[in-house]
Amino acid sequence: MSTPAIFAAVTGFDPLTGGEFLVAQNIAFAIMAITMLVSAVRMVTTGNVVHAALYLVIVLAGAAGIFILLGAEFVGVTQVLVYIGAIVVLFLFGIMLTKGSFGADDGVGGERRGIAAMVGALVLAVMAAALLDTFRDAELSRAEPSLTADVADLIFSRYIVPFEAISVLLLAALIGAIVVARGD
Amino acid sequence: MYLNQFLLLSAALFAIGVYGVLARRNGVLVLMSIELILNAVNINLVAFAAFGNQLAGEVFALFVIAVAAAEVGVGLAMILLLYRNRKSIDLTQIDLMRG
Repeated sequence: MSTPAIFAAVTGFDPLTGGEFLVAQNIAFAIMAITMLVSAVRMVTTGNVVHAALYLVIVLAGAAGIFILLGAEFVGVTQVLVYIGAIVVLFLFGIMLTKGSFGADDGVGGERRGIAAMVGALVLAVMAAALLDTFRDAELSRAEPSLTADVADLIFSRYIVPFEAISVLLLAALIGAIVVARGD
Repeated sequence: MYLNQFLLLSAALFAIGVYGVLARRNGVLVLMSIELILNAVNINLVAFAAFGNQLAGEVFALFVIAVAAAEVGVGLAMILLLYRNRKSIDLTQIDLMRG
């Protein structure tokens, strides 16, 4: 690393662009990214199903932090409300109601686990190669966070048809879940 | 901040989710891994919204969250039905339609 780069990293001032180097945001990103990746790996490898749900909470909270870091505050808050508030609770109920079917989920056999790991690594390698090749050093351009009012305007004007379709989909899913799980 | 750091984080989460779907036997854990994949997609959408300086990505991230909620509801109902009928949610034992 050259001297100006070290200087920039320490002081938070980039002499090349003459602007802020955004050190704090990069540190926040690094902390959240490492936490999310470790928790995600623990989630798919842990033997205890309840622990997996709790690791999922960490990953989802990290994603909410990433959204806020990207300036999408409404998406971040919705992530906390819907995912951590509702979906994880639903998962915990599902685990509770199917208790006894699995003492400890040790996954599939060694051979299939190896194949699954290979598929995952292959997916990551292909996507990373494509991304690194396409967006070499593209910088994020947004200066200030997006306003919730603008998001709402867009949902209720240009994207009103998908919005209505999603409401019908949610109703259908609700009725479908009740009919499937009613049990008679 | 580079765009690629967000896209690579999302790709890594996606790959971990794919591994979870393929390697776990418990139906609830498979659904959790699918949530991980949907979350990776959401990070992608919001990162591109910040990159292109427009809001369509955020709107579709909200839509994906709503669809994920619906999917979890129906998926867990199916897993409960499975458990009630077969006393097991081991997906490797669900081979009724195997040829």
